[in-house]
Amino acid sequence: MRLELACHQGIGPKVEGKALVSADNFSARYDLDRLQGIFSRPEHALFGQSYVGKVLVCNTAKGGVATAWMLHEMASRGMAPKAILFNHANTILAQGAALADMALCDRFADGDITKLIETGDHVTVDPGRGIVLVERSG
Amino acid sequence: MRLTDEERAMLAGERGEPRRWAMDHMLKVGAMFDAEDFVPVAQAHMMVDPESVGEAGVRFLEGLAAHNEADRRVAVPMITDPRGVDLNHYRPLGQTEAMADLERRTIKALTRLGILMTNTCINYQTIMPPVMGEHMAYGDTGVVIYCNSVCGARSNFEGGPSALAAGLTGRTPRYGLHLDENRRATRRFIVRHQPRGLVEWGALGAIVGRLAGSYWEVPVIEGIETVPGSDELKHLGAAMASFGSTPLFHLVGITPEAPTLDAVGGTALAAHEITEADFASLTASYGSKGDPVDVVVFAAPQLSLVEMQRVADLVAGHQRYPETAMLVCTSPAVYADATRLGLVDTIEAFGAKVLEGTCFYNQYAREIGEANGWTRLLSNSAKIVNILGGYGYQPALRSAEDCVRAARTGRIP
Repeated sequence: MRLELACHQGIGPKVEGKALVSADNFSARYDLDRLQGIFSRPEHALFGQSYVGKVLVCNTAKGGVATAWMLHEMASRGMAPKAILFNHANTILAQGAALADMALCDRFADGDITKLIETGDHVTVDPGRGIVLVERSG
Repeated sequence: MRLTDEERAMLAGERGEPRRWAMDHMLKVGAMFDAEDFVPVAQAHMMVDPESVGEAGVRFLEGLAAHNEADRRVAVPMITDPRGVDLNHYRPLGQTEAMADLERRTIKALTRLGILMTNTCINYQTIMPPVMGEHMAYGDTGVVIYCNSVCGARSNFEGGPSALAAGLTGRTPRYGLHLDENRRATRRFIVRHQPRGLVEWGALGAIVGRLAGSYWEVPVIEGIETVPGSDELKHLGAAMASFGSTPLFHLVGITPEAPTLDAVGGTALAAHEITEADFASLTASYGSKGDPVDVVVFAAPQLSLVEMQRVADLVAGHQRYPETAMLVCTSPAVYADATRLGLVDTIEAFGAKVLEGTCFYNQYAREIGEANGWTRLLSNSAKIVNILGGYGYQPALRSAEDCVRAARTGRIP
Protein backbone atom coordinates (compact mmCIF):
# COMPACT_ATOMS: atom_id res chain seq x y z
CA MET A 1 0.00 0.00 0.00
CA ARG A 2 1.21 3.48 -0.83
CA LEU A 3 -0.25 6.78 0.43
CA GLU A 4 0.73 10.32 -0.45
CA LEU A 5 -0.29 12.78 2.27
CA ALA A 6 -0.28 16.55 1.85
CA CYS A 7 0.58 18.78 4.81
CA HIS A 8 1.61 22.35 5.52
CA GLN A 9 5.10 23.37 4.46
CA GLY A 10 7.42 22.15 7.21
CA ILE A 11 11.01 22.57 8.32
CA GLY A 12 14.19 20.61 7.66
CA PRO A 13 15.56 18.21 5.05
CA LYS A 14 13.86 15.41 3.09
CA VAL A 15 14.34 12.14 5.02
CA GLU A 16 12.95 8.62 5.20
CA GLY A 17 12.62 6.02 7.94
CA LYS A 18 10.38 3.66 9.89
CA ALA A 19 7.41 5.18 11.67
CA LEU A 20 6.85 5.10 15.44
CA VAL A 21 3.27 6.22 16.05
CA SER A 22 1.11 7.17 19.03
CA ALA A 23 -1.93 9.38 19.57
CA ASP A 24 -0.14 10.78 22.63
CA ASN A 25 1.54 14.19 22.79
CA PHE A 26 5.28 14.90 22.85
CA SER A 27 7.89 16.82 24.81
CA ALA A 28 11.61 16.01 24.89
CA ARG A 29 11.83 17.31 28.46
CA TYR A 30 8.77 15.55 29.85
CA ASP A 31 8.80 12.22 28.06
CA LEU A 32 12.32 11.10 27.18
CA ASP A 33 15.43 9.60 28.63
CA ARG A 34 17.61 11.39 26.10
CA LEU A 35 20.79 9.52 27.02
CA GLN A 36 19.20 6.11 26.48
CA GLY A 37 17.09 7.31 23.53
CA ILE A 38 13.83 5.92 24.88
CA PHE A 39 10.49 7.21 26.12
CA SER A 40 10.83 7.27 29.93
CA ARG A 41 7.54 8.72 31.13
CA PRO A 42 5.54 5.76 32.44
CA GLU A 43 2.19 7.27 31.34
CA HIS A 44 3.31 7.79 27.74
CA ALA A 45 1.90 5.39 25.14
CA LEU A 46 5.43 4.81 23.80
CA PHE A 47 6.99 4.17 27.25
CA GLY A 48 10.16 2.07 26.94
CA GLN A 49 10.41 2.35 23.14
CA SER A 50 13.37 3.78 21.24
CA TYR A 51 12.75 6.81 19.05
CA VAL A 52 16.30 7.00 17.65
CA GLY A 53 16.34 7.19 13.85
CA LYS A 54 12.54 6.87 13.65
CA VAL A 55 9.91 9.03 12.00
CA LEU A 56 8.05 9.90 15.19
CA VAL A 57 4.31 10.54 14.76
CA CYS A 58 2.38 12.17 17.63
CA ASN A 59 -0.75 14.24 18.10
CA THR A 60 0.71 17.54 19.26
CA ALA A 61 3.54 19.11 21.21
CA LYS A 62 3.20 19.54 24.94
CA GLY A 63 5.01 21.19 27.78
CA GLY A 64 7.64 23.83 27.72
CA VAL A 65 10.44 25.43 25.80
CA ALA A 66 13.34 23.06 26.51
CA THR A 67 12.69 20.90 23.45
CA ALA A 68 13.92 23.79 21.27
CA TRP A 69 17.46 23.12 22.52
CA MET A 70 17.07 19.41 23.16
CA LEU A 71 16.43 18.35 19.55
CA HIS A 72 19.74 19.97 18.56
CA GLU A 73 21.54 18.31 21.48
CA MET A 74 20.03 14.89 20.69
CA ALA A 75 20.88 15.22 16.99
CA SER A 76 24.50 16.13 17.82
CA ARG A 77 24.90 12.72 19.48
CA GLY A 78 23.05 10.81 16.75
CA MET A 79 20.30 10.04 19.28
CA ALA A 80 17.39 11.91 17.73
CA PRO A 81 14.34 10.94 15.69
CA LYS A 82 14.85 11.43 11.94
CA ALA A 83 11.64 13.39 11.65
CA ILE A 84 8.61 14.33 13.71
CA LEU A 85 5.06 14.52 12.33
CA PHE A 86 2.21 16.10 14.28
CA ASN A 87 -1.41 16.93 13.74
CA HIS A 88 -0.41 20.29 15.21
CA ALA A 89 3.12 21.34 16.13
CA ASN A 90 3.69 24.19 18.52
CA THR A 91 6.17 27.02 18.16
CA ILE A 92 8.83 25.28 20.24
CA LEU A 93 8.99 22.15 18.11
CA ALA A 94 9.27 24.26 14.97
CA GLN A 95 12.07 26.35 16.48
CA GLY A 96 13.85 23.22 17.70
CA ALA A 97 13.61 21.56 14.29
CA ALA A 98 15.01 24.71 12.66
CA LEU A 99 18.09 24.70 14.92
CA ALA A 100 18.58 20.93 14.72
CA ASP A 101 17.93 20.79 10.95
CA MET A 102 15.40 18.04 11.67
CA ALA A 103 12.41 17.31 9.43
CA LEU A 104 9.12 18.45 10.97
CA CYS A 105 5.65 18.62 9.40
CA ASP A 106 2.08 19.14 10.61
CA ARG A 107 -1.50 20.01 9.52
CA PHE A 108 -2.33 17.08 7.24
CA ALA A 109 -5.13 17.53 4.70
CA ASP A 110 -6.47 13.97 5.05
CA GLY A 111 -7.11 14.04 8.80
CA ASP A 112 -5.53 12.54 11.90
CA ILE A 113 -1.92 11.67 11.07
CA THR A 114 -1.69 9.31 14.06
CA LYS A 115 -4.37 7.15 12.37
CA LEU A 116 -3.12 7.51 8.78
CA ILE A 117 0.34 6.13 9.60
CA GLU A 118 1.05 2.89 11.52
CA THR A 119 4.16 1.95 13.48
CA GLY A 120 6.57 0.19 11.13
CA ASP A 121 5.40 1.95 7.96
CA HIS A 122 8.21 3.21 5.72
CA VAL A 123 7.75 6.98 5.57
CA THR A 124 9.39 9.61 3.35
CA VAL A 125 9.04 13.17 4.67
CA ASP A 126 9.54 16.12 2.31
CA PRO A 127 9.00 19.26 4.43
CA GLY A 128 9.84 21.72 1.64
CA ARG A 129 7.03 20.41 -0.58
CA GLY A 130 4.70 19.55 2.30
CA ILE A 131 4.40 15.90 1.23
CA VAL A 132 4.68 12.69 3.26
CA LEU A 133 4.82 9.36 1.41
CA VAL A 134 3.74 6.24 3.34
CA GLU A 135 4.58 2.70 2.19
CA ARG A 136 3.14 -0.29 4.04
CA SER A 137 4.14 -3.86 3.27
CA GLY A 138 1.60 -6.70 3.33
CA MET B 1 7.80 37.12 4.22
CA ARG B 2 8.01 40.83 3.55
CA LEU B 3 11.37 42.15 4.70
CA THR B 4 12.47 45.71 5.40
CA ASP B 5 15.78 47.00 4.05
CA GLU B 6 17.35 46.45 7.47
CA GLU B 7 16.06 42.87 7.63
CA ARG B 8 17.41 42.16 4.14
CA ALA B 9 20.79 43.56 5.20
CA MET B 10 20.86 41.31 8.27
CA LEU B 11 19.89 38.28 6.19
CA ALA B 12 22.67 39.08 3.70
CA GLY B 13 25.22 39.07 6.51
CA GLU B 14 25.86 42.81 6.36
CA ARG B 15 25.25 43.10 10.13
CA GLY B 16 27.47 40.14 11.00
CA GLU B 17 27.14 36.38 11.09
CA PRO B 18 25.12 36.14 14.35
CA ARG B 19 22.35 38.34 12.91
CA ARG B 20 22.47 36.48 9.58
CA TRP B 21 21.94 33.19 11.45
CA ALA B 22 19.13 34.78 13.47
CA MET B 23 17.25 35.98 10.39
CA ASP B 24 17.67 32.63 8.63
CA HIS B 25 16.39 30.78 11.72
CA MET B 26 13.37 33.03 12.13
CA LEU B 27 12.48 32.86 8.42
CA LYS B 28 12.28 29.06 8.64
CA VAL B 29 9.99 29.26 11.68
CA GLY B 30 7.96 32.12 10.22
CA ALA B 31 7.33 30.20 6.99
CA MET B 32 5.95 27.24 8.91
CA PHE B 33 3.43 29.51 10.65
CA ASP B 34 2.63 31.69 7.61
CA ALA B 35 4.07 34.88 9.11
CA GLU B 36 3.78 37.76 6.65
CA ASP B 37 6.39 40.00 8.25
CA PHE B 38 8.37 40.67 11.44
CA VAL B 39 7.23 42.60 14.50
CA PRO B 40 9.67 44.59 16.68
CA VAL B 41 10.04 43.25 20.23
CA ALA B 42 10.92 45.26 23.35
CA GLN B 43 12.73 42.45 25.20
CA ALA B 44 13.88 38.88 24.81
CA HIS B 45 14.11 36.24 27.55
CA MET B 46 16.02 33.03 27.05
CA MET B 47 15.74 29.52 28.46
CA VAL B 48 19.29 28.22 28.30
CA ASP B 49 20.01 25.73 31.09
CA PRO B 50 22.97 23.46 30.33
CA GLU B 51 20.96 20.25 30.70
CA SER B 52 18.84 21.28 27.72
CA VAL B 53 21.54 23.04 25.75
CA GLY B 54 24.18 20.34 26.09
CA GLU B 55 27.72 20.41 24.75
CA ALA B 56 26.49 21.02 21.20
CA GLY B 57 24.39 24.01 22.21
CA VAL B 58 27.15 25.53 24.31
CA ARG B 59 29.52 25.26 21.34
CA PHE B 60 26.91 26.96 19.20
CA LEU B 61 26.65 29.83 21.71
CA GLU B 62 30.44 30.09 21.98
CA GLY B 63 30.59 30.33 18.20
CA LEU B 64 28.25 33.33 18.22
CA ALA B 65 30.10 34.87 21.16
CA ALA B 66 33.43 34.66 19.29
CA HIS B 67 32.37 37.35 16.80
CA ASN B 68 33.40 40.98 17.26
CA GLU B 69 31.38 43.08 19.66
CA ALA B 70 29.48 45.07 17.04
CA ASP B 71 28.24 41.86 15.44
CA ARG B 72 27.48 39.83 18.54
CA ARG B 73 25.71 42.20 20.95
CA VAL B 74 21.97 41.79 21.32
CA ALA B 75 19.85 44.60 19.87
CA VAL B 76 17.23 44.80 22.66
CA PRO B 77 17.40 44.12 26.42
CA MET B 78 17.71 40.37 26.86
CA ILE B 79 17.49 38.39 30.10
CA THR B 80 17.81 34.75 31.14
CA ASP B 81 15.65 32.04 32.65
CA PRO B 82 16.90 29.99 35.65
CA ARG B 83 20.31 28.36 35.40
CA GLY B 84 20.86 24.64 35.78
CA VAL B 85 23.68 24.85 38.33
CA ASP B 86 23.90 27.08 41.40
CA LEU B 87 27.66 27.57 41.28
CA ASN B 88 27.69 28.23 45.03
CA HIS B 89 25.97 24.92 45.81
CA TYR B 90 26.32 22.11 43.33
CA ARG B 91 28.62 19.46 44.78
CA PRO B 92 26.30 18.80 47.75
CA LEU B 93 23.48 18.11 45.26
CA GLY B 94 25.57 15.57 43.42
CA GLN B 95 26.07 17.77 40.38
CA THR B 96 29.41 17.17 38.66
CA GLU B 97 32.28 19.42 37.64
CA ALA B 98 31.36 18.69 34.01
CA MET B 99 27.88 20.14 34.62
CA ALA B 100 29.34 23.19 36.39
CA ASP B 101 31.85 23.71 33.57
CA LEU B 102 29.09 23.65 30.98
CA GLU B 103 27.27 26.22 33.09
CA ARG B 104 30.33 28.46 33.38
CA ARG B 105 30.93 28.32 29.61
CA THR B 106 27.28 29.17 28.95
CA ILE B 107 27.40 32.18 31.28
CA LYS B 108 30.64 33.40 29.69
CA ALA B 109 29.20 33.16 26.17
CA LEU B 110 25.90 34.83 27.06
CA THR B 111 27.67 37.65 28.89
CA ARG B 112 29.74 38.33 25.76
CA LEU B 113 26.49 38.60 23.79
CA GLY B 114 25.37 41.41 26.12
CA ILE B 115 22.70 39.30 27.82
CA LEU B 116 21.73 40.23 31.39
CA MET B 117 22.07 37.11 33.57
CA THR B 118 18.88 37.58 35.57
CA ASN B 119 18.40 33.79 35.89
CA THR B 120 14.72 34.02 36.61
CA CYS B 121 11.34 32.75 35.49
CA ILE B 122 9.55 35.43 37.55
CA ASN B 123 10.86 38.46 35.69
CA TYR B 124 7.28 39.79 35.64
CA GLN B 125 7.46 39.96 39.46
CA THR B 126 11.06 41.04 39.87
CA ILE B 127 12.65 42.64 36.78
CA MET B 128 10.19 44.53 34.57
CA PRO B 129 6.64 43.47 33.82
CA PRO B 130 5.53 44.13 30.24
CA VAL B 131 2.92 46.68 29.26
CA MET B 132 -0.43 45.84 27.65
CA GLY B 133 0.06 45.32 23.93
CA GLU B 134 3.86 45.19 24.14
CA HIS B 135 5.40 42.61 21.79
CA MET B 136 7.99 40.37 23.44
CA ALA B 137 10.05 37.27 22.76
CA TYR B 138 9.88 35.40 26.06
CA GLY B 139 11.22 31.97 26.82
CA ASP B 140 9.80 29.94 29.72
CA THR B 141 6.19 29.00 29.27
CA GLY B 142 5.26 30.34 32.71
CA VAL B 143 6.59 33.77 31.76
CA VAL B 144 4.79 33.74 28.43
CA ILE B 145 1.40 32.71 29.77
CA TYR B 146 1.53 35.18 32.68
CA CYS B 147 2.64 38.11 30.54
CA ASN B 148 0.12 37.35 27.78
CA SER B 149 -2.79 36.69 30.11
CA VAL B 150 -2.27 38.93 33.13
CA CYS B 151 -0.35 41.81 31.53
CA GLY B 152 -1.86 41.72 28.03
CA ALA B 153 1.58 41.52 26.40
CA ARG B 154 2.11 39.56 23.17
CA SER B 155 4.58 36.72 23.00
CA ASN B 156 4.79 33.24 21.60
CA PHE B 157 6.64 30.48 23.42
CA GLU B 158 10.18 31.25 22.30
CA GLY B 159 12.65 28.44 22.81
CA GLY B 160 16.24 29.46 23.55
CA PRO B 161 17.42 29.66 19.93
CA SER B 162 14.44 31.75 18.79
CA ALA B 163 14.60 34.04 21.81
CA LEU B 164 18.27 34.59 21.00
CA ALA B 165 17.43 35.28 17.36
CA ALA B 166 14.87 37.86 18.51
CA GLY B 167 17.37 39.42 20.88
CA LEU B 168 20.04 39.71 18.18
CA THR B 169 17.66 41.33 15.68
CA GLY B 170 15.09 43.09 17.89
CA ARG B 171 12.20 41.37 16.13
CA THR B 172 10.30 38.12 15.74
CA PRO B 173 8.06 36.68 13.01
CA ARG B 174 4.51 38.01 13.37
CA TYR B 175 2.46 34.85 13.94
CA GLY B 176 0.58 33.13 16.74
CA LEU B 177 -0.12 35.35 19.72
CA HIS B 178 1.17 38.50 18.07
CA LEU B 179 -2.06 38.45 16.02
CA ASP B 180 -5.48 39.50 17.36
CA GLU B 181 -7.31 36.53 15.87
CA ASN B 182 -5.26 33.98 17.84
CA ARG B 183 -6.03 35.63 21.19
CA ARG B 184 -9.77 34.99 21.14
CA ALA B 185 -11.20 32.25 23.35
CA THR B 186 -11.66 28.79 21.87
CA ARG B 187 -12.55 26.83 25.05
CA ARG B 188 -14.91 27.97 27.82
CA PHE B 189 -14.76 26.80 31.45
CA ILE B 190 -16.95 27.63 34.45
CA VAL B 191 -15.31 27.10 37.85
CA ARG B 192 -17.69 25.75 40.54
CA HIS B 193 -15.06 25.47 43.26
CA GLN B 194 -13.05 28.49 44.36
CA PRO B 195 -9.33 27.61 44.47
CA ARG B 196 -7.74 27.87 47.93
CA GLY B 197 -4.00 28.42 48.25
CA LEU B 198 -1.34 28.30 45.59
CA VAL B 199 -1.61 24.53 45.20
CA GLU B 200 -5.26 24.77 44.13
CA TRP B 201 -4.55 27.62 41.73
CA GLY B 202 -1.96 25.36 40.18
CA ALA B 203 -4.43 22.48 40.19
CA LEU B 204 -6.96 24.62 38.32
CA GLY B 205 -4.28 25.41 35.74
CA ALA B 206 -3.51 21.70 35.43
CA ILE B 207 -7.19 20.78 34.93
CA VAL B 208 -7.76 23.48 32.32
CA GLY B 209 -4.45 22.86 30.57
CA ARG B 210 -5.08 19.13 30.30
CA LEU B 211 -8.55 19.75 28.82
CA ALA B 212 -7.37 22.47 26.43
CA GLY B 213 -4.35 20.38 25.45
CA SER B 214 -2.82 22.46 22.67
CA TYR B 215 -0.79 25.58 22.01
CA TRP B 216 -3.53 26.80 19.72
CA GLU B 217 -6.41 26.67 22.25
CA VAL B 218 -7.25 29.73 24.35
CA PRO B 219 -9.24 28.96 27.52
CA VAL B 220 -11.64 31.53 28.94
CA ILE B 221 -12.58 30.90 32.58
CA GLU B 222 -15.70 32.17 34.35
CA GLY B 223 -16.81 31.83 37.94
CA ILE B 224 -13.75 33.13 39.83
CA GLU B 225 -15.30 35.17 42.64
CA THR B 226 -12.28 37.03 44.02
CA VAL B 227 -9.41 38.70 42.23
CA PRO B 228 -6.37 36.40 42.55
CA GLY B 229 -2.96 37.88 43.36
CA SER B 230 0.23 37.67 41.37
CA ASP B 231 1.48 34.42 43.00
CA GLU B 232 -1.90 32.74 42.47
CA LEU B 233 -1.97 33.72 38.81
CA LYS B 234 1.65 32.62 38.51
CA HIS B 235 0.80 29.09 39.66
CA LEU B 236 -2.39 29.01 37.59
CA GLY B 237 -0.52 29.97 34.43
CA ALA B 238 2.60 27.88 35.00
CA ALA B 239 0.54 24.72 35.50
CA MET B 240 -1.77 25.45 32.56
CA ALA B 241 1.22 26.00 30.27
CA SER B 242 2.87 22.83 31.54
CA PHE B 243 -0.14 20.52 31.27
CA GLY B 244 -1.55 22.03 28.09
CA SER B 245 1.31 23.82 26.34
CA THR B 246 -1.17 26.69 26.64
CA PRO B 247 0.25 30.20 26.15
CA LEU B 248 -2.78 32.40 27.00
CA PHE B 249 -5.91 32.31 29.15
CA HIS B 250 -8.60 34.81 30.00
CA LEU B 251 -10.37 35.21 33.36
CA VAL B 252 -13.66 37.02 32.76
CA GLY B 253 -13.79 40.31 34.64
CA ILE B 254 -10.18 39.92 35.84
CA THR B 255 -7.58 39.72 33.05
CA PRO B 256 -7.30 42.80 30.82
CA GLU B 257 -8.47 41.42 27.48
CA ALA B 258 -11.61 39.85 28.99
CA PRO B 259 -13.72 42.50 30.74
CA THR B 260 -16.66 40.39 29.54
CA LEU B 261 -17.06 36.92 28.06
CA ASP B 262 -18.16 38.53 24.83
CA ALA B 263 -14.99 40.63 24.57
CA VAL B 264 -12.96 37.48 23.85
CA GLY B 265 -15.63 35.85 21.69
CA GLY B 266 -16.62 33.33 24.36
CA THR B 267 -20.41 33.56 24.40
CA ALA B 268 -20.98 31.07 21.60
CA LEU B 269 -18.68 28.42 23.12
CA ALA B 270 -20.07 25.41 24.98
CA ALA B 271 -19.17 25.65 28.69
CA HIS B 272 -17.32 22.91 30.60
CA GLU B 273 -17.84 22.96 34.38
CA ILE B 274 -14.93 22.37 36.76
CA THR B 275 -16.05 21.08 40.16
CA GLU B 276 -14.48 20.26 43.52
CA ALA B 277 -14.31 16.63 42.40
CA ASP B 278 -11.96 17.59 39.57
CA PHE B 279 -9.59 19.20 42.07
CA ALA B 280 -9.77 16.17 44.38
CA SER B 281 -9.16 13.78 41.52
CA LEU B 282 -6.08 15.66 40.34
CA THR B 283 -4.54 15.81 43.82
CA ALA B 284 -5.33 12.15 44.48
CA SER B 285 -3.31 11.18 41.42
CA TYR B 286 -0.20 12.70 43.03
CA GLY B 287 0.57 10.95 46.33
CA SER B 288 -1.40 9.54 49.28
CA LYS B 289 -1.57 10.25 53.00
CA GLY B 290 1.25 8.50 54.82
CA ASP B 291 3.51 8.13 51.78
CA PRO B 292 7.19 8.64 52.66
CA VAL B 293 8.89 11.69 51.15
CA ASP B 294 12.56 11.85 50.09
CA VAL B 295 12.62 15.50 49.08
CA VAL B 296 10.33 18.50 49.39
CA VAL B 297 10.73 21.09 46.64
CA PHE B 298 9.48 24.66 46.52
CA ALA B 299 10.12 25.80 42.94
CA ALA B 300 8.61 26.00 39.44
CA PRO B 301 8.10 28.91 39.28
CA GLN B 302 10.83 30.39 41.47
CA LEU B 303 9.46 31.80 44.71
CA SER B 304 8.54 35.47 45.04
CA LEU B 305 9.62 37.37 48.14
CA VAL B 306 6.11 36.90 49.51
CA GLU B 307 6.32 33.13 49.03
CA MET B 308 9.76 33.12 50.68
CA GLN B 309 8.27 34.80 53.74
CA ARG B 310 5.43 32.27 53.77
CA VAL B 311 7.85 29.34 53.73
CA ALA B 312 9.99 31.00 56.42
CA ASP B 313 6.91 31.48 58.62
CA LEU B 314 5.92 27.82 58.19
CA VAL B 315 9.35 26.42 59.10
CA ALA B 316 10.32 28.90 61.85
CA GLY B 317 11.07 27.17 65.14
CA HIS B 318 10.92 23.66 63.62
CA GLN B 319 13.50 21.13 62.47
CA ARG B 320 13.59 19.13 59.28
CA TYR B 321 13.22 15.34 59.47
CA PRO B 322 16.78 14.09 58.90
CA GLU B 323 15.86 11.68 56.07
CA THR B 324 13.80 14.21 54.10
CA ALA B 325 15.61 16.95 52.19
CA MET B 326 14.03 20.28 51.35
CA LEU B 327 15.04 22.67 48.57
CA VAL B 328 13.73 26.15 47.82
CA CYS B 329 14.51 27.82 44.48
CA THR B 330 14.34 31.56 43.95
CA SER B 331 15.76 34.24 41.70
CA PRO B 332 19.00 36.08 42.44
CA ALA B 333 17.06 39.30 43.03
CA VAL B 334 14.69 37.69 45.54
CA TYR B 335 17.56 35.75 47.10
CA ALA B 336 19.40 38.99 47.86
CA ASP B 337 16.32 40.54 49.46
CA ALA B 338 15.42 37.36 51.32
CA THR B 339 18.97 37.18 52.69
CA ARG B 340 18.88 40.81 53.78
CA LEU B 341 15.53 40.25 55.48
CA GLY B 342 16.64 37.12 57.32
CA LEU B 343 14.29 34.77 55.46
CA VAL B 344 17.08 32.63 53.99
CA ASP B 345 18.59 32.20 57.47
CA THR B 346 15.22 31.13 58.89
CA ILE B 347 14.62 28.60 56.10
CA GLU B 348 18.15 27.19 56.32
CA ALA B 349 18.03 27.02 60.15
CA PHE B 350 15.17 24.57 59.62
CA GLY B 351 17.53 22.41 57.58
CA ALA B 352 16.35 23.32 54.08
CA LYS B 353 18.61 24.79 51.38
CA VAL B 354 17.74 27.89 49.35
CA LEU B 355 19.15 27.76 45.81
CA GLU B 356 19.87 30.98 43.93
CA GLY B 357 19.00 31.45 40.27
CA THR B 358 18.07 27.84 39.48
CA CYS B 359 14.89 25.82 39.27
CA PHE B 360 14.78 22.20 40.39
CA TYR B 361 13.46 20.63 37.23
CA ASN B 362 16.05 22.20 34.92
CA GLN B 363 19.06 21.43 37.08
CA TYR B 364 19.73 17.85 36.01
CA ALA B 365 16.80 16.53 38.02
CA ARG B 366 17.41 12.93 36.96
CA GLU B 367 21.08 12.96 37.96
CA ILE B 368 20.60 14.73 41.30
CA GLY B 369 17.73 12.38 42.11
CA GLU B 370 19.96 9.38 41.47
CA ALA B 371 22.91 10.90 43.38
CA ASN B 372 20.78 11.57 46.46
CA GLY B 373 18.42 8.60 46.31
CA TRP B 374 15.41 10.87 45.77
CA THR B 375 12.39 9.36 44.03
CA ARG B 376 9.43 10.37 46.22
CA LEU B 377 9.20 14.11 45.70
CA LEU B 378 6.61 16.43 47.22
CA SER B 379 5.81 19.96 46.05
CA ASN B 380 3.04 22.53 46.04
CA SER B 381 3.77 23.17 42.34
CA ALA B 382 1.47 21.39 39.90
CA LYS B 383 3.95 22.26 37.17
CA ILE B 384 6.85 20.43 38.77
CA VAL B 385 4.92 17.27 39.57
CA ASN B 386 3.81 17.15 35.94
CA ILE B 387 7.34 17.44 34.59
CA LEU B 388 9.17 15.10 36.95
CA GLY B 389 7.24 11.92 36.19
CA GLY B 390 9.45 11.48 33.14
CA TYR B 391 12.62 12.03 35.20
CA GLY B 392 12.23 8.89 37.32
CA TYR B 393 10.38 10.51 40.25
CA GLN B 394 7.11 9.58 41.93
CA PRO B 395 5.85 13.13 42.43
CA ALA B 396 3.22 14.18 44.96
CA LEU B 397 1.24 17.43 45.17
CA ARG B 398 0.08 19.08 48.40
CA SER B 399 -0.28 22.55 49.94
CA ALA B 400 2.75 24.49 51.22
CA GLU B 401 1.62 23.75 54.79
CA ASP B 402 1.51 20.00 54.11
CA CYS B 403 4.84 20.15 52.29
CA VAL B 404 6.47 21.66 55.39
CA ARG B 405 4.74 19.11 57.65
CA ALA B 406 6.15 16.36 55.44
CA ALA B 407 9.61 17.90 55.66
CA ARG B 408 9.24 17.75 59.49
CA THR B 409 7.88 14.20 59.71
CA GLY B 410 9.08 12.43 56.54
CA ARG B 411 5.56 11.55 55.39
CA ILE B 412 2.65 13.17 53.57
CA PRO B 413 0.16 14.26 56.27
